[in-house]
Amino acid sequence: MSNVKLITDPNFDDADAFYAALTDAHRNLTPRDSERVNARLVLLLANHIGDQKILMSALEAATDLEDENS
Amino acid sequence: MLKTYTNPEYAYVPSADQGAPATVHHPVIIIGAGPCGLAAALDLATQGVRSVVLDDNNTVSVGSRAICFSKRTLEILDRYGCAAPMNEKGITWKKGKVFFRNKQIYDFDLLAEEGHKLPAFINLQQYYFEEYMIDRALEFAEIDLRWKSRVSKVEDHTDKTTLTVETPDGSYDLSCDYLLVADGANSGIRDMLGLESKGQEFHDRFLIADVVMKAEFPTERWFWFDPPFHPNQSVLLHKQADNVWRIDFQLGWDADPEEEKKEENIRPRIQQMLGKDVEFELEWASVYTFKCRRMDNFIKNRVVFMGDAAHQVSPFGARGANGGIQAVENLAWKLARVLQGYAPHSLLETYNQERIHGAAENILNSTRATDFITPKNEISRIFRDETLRLAEKFPFARSLVNSGRLSTPCDYASSDLITKTNGSGIQPGFVAKDAPIEMNGEKGWLMDQLGSRFVALINSDGVSADDISALSKISDDLDVLEVSAHKQGPNILDDCDGLIAERYALSAGVVYLIRPDQYVAARFEGPAAADVNAALDKSLGR
Repeated sequence: MSNVKLITDPNFDDADAFYAALTDAHRNLTPRDSERVNARLVLLLANHIGDQKILMSALEAATDLEDENS
Repeated sequence: MLKTYTNPEYAYVPSADQGAPATVHHPVIIIGAGPCGLAAALDLATQGVRSVVLDDNNTVSVGSRAICFSKRTLEILDRYGCAAPMNEKGITWKKGKVFFRNKQIYDFDLLAEEGHKLPAFINLQQYYFEEYMIDRALEFAEIDLRWKSRVSKVEDHTDKTTLTVETPDGSYDLSCDYLLVADGANSGIRDMLGLESKGQEFHDRFLIADVVMKAEFPTERWFWFDPPFHPNQSVLLHKQADNVWRIDFQLGWDADPEEEKKEENIRPRIQQMLGKDVEFELEWASVYTFKCRRMDNFIKNRVVFMGDAAHQVSPFGARGANGGIQAVENLAWKLARVLQGYAPHSLLETYNQERIHGAAENILNSTRATDFITPKNEISRIFRDETLRLAEKFPFARSLVNSGRLSTPCDYASSDLITKTNGSGIQPGFVAKDAPIEMNGEKGWLMDQLGSRFVALINSDGVSADDISALSKISDDLDVLEVSAHKQGPNILDDCDGLIAERYALSAGVVYLIRPDQYVAARFEGPAAADVNAALDKSLGR
């Protein structure tokens, strides 16, 4: 069992470049294809991480939705 | 419709109990002569315990139903003496293909470990499976099979159970110390006792068709997601004995089961799937919905529920009959020892503990498979479809594709009966593994030497005769089985291929205590009889 935790401090080599690439990838997609790309991205990254505890932490953090209007 | 198989009819024979002046009492009565009821009778008989089996019908399963039997199940049936005809008649398979839309996305090979007597899986129609069990049951004087005997009334008490049996000759009463109930998913006995099996029903319908084909298809498990011949649904194709093929069509919740069951509606579906030139005959068809549910407690007073009556799963993963028989085996050795005075009545409670754990594992696996096959909403479908598309390109995604995780025996590592130790080899609470052996100059299998009583399996090289003697004196319910390259004798075997040493990490002096259900109860690094004795007591709840 690993004791590694979900990294929530900055960890990108180049945060701006990643963000630009992510939004670029979606720019010309229909909402449907965007959903497909996101699903594939999640699956690819999740496998790369592998560690169930980290994946659960990420899922927990992601599903902790704030009220969009607040 | 069945052309390849004729259901046998077993003769109803009036029982002497029916004319007896007073209610006749039996130690064990079993309701239901399906796979689980028969397994209970066979297991008890193997251990010298008599039982009466009551079945409301007088034949085996009509139509095939369960088709896929795992190695663990075959090992159990081998201990009862009826795996050989099953293995001979059944179809051994290890390969499969997965398709999405119009193409194959990957294939797989189960790559079963070498050096086991029995194969990883066989496919065999349930009626053959039951018939061979009945053939074997008829050889036991301990088993009293009563056909056309329907139980119409059950009263449970703290020390016994009474019941009323309806036969072609009218009704009679019986009483018993223990009533074992295996009357199926919609258990009438469960209802009579006011008990429930709780869980979820899946909002989907499946058409199961068995067809005889003249065309040759490989003996592989083929699973389609959303194929062109059956859009938006899944299809499974798998071979059984007699050139009968199981085809399983997902229909969706809105399908009309009565319409779908009609041959004129089934034929075009299958023709489209197999191709217009393939000739086939329809053997049997049925439309199902699936449930995953179980009872909170399998025992009420002295009534014990087994099989689908106790725990029910969807068929993906072949965990219904396999899980059922594995649970029966868990119960039978305990009940035998309670009846024979080796163990307190409270040992039976561990059937609940160990097999609720087993049922929960089987339900979890079959629920996950059902959810993958039938996505619950649009985003689930997107994840499912993209997983399948990625699986064609990337091996990692194949681990997410779930058309059923095939039945494996659960472990009892957290059970109160297991002596936990940290060591190598097979961990306590896990099932023993087979290996080739030589004994008295003849080739054989380790599994054939285990089960039906406790076994102390020891590498006796360098172990003193006194230590062996101390082990053998622990109990008349325990046999010492020595593994040695140097000694010869009736209970000494040779690890001819070295696989026992490898699988059990059985270095000199290591001793395993193996339960009557072939599960490892304890493992010790030295042959201390006191340790083995304490582990035996723990295994028996003493």
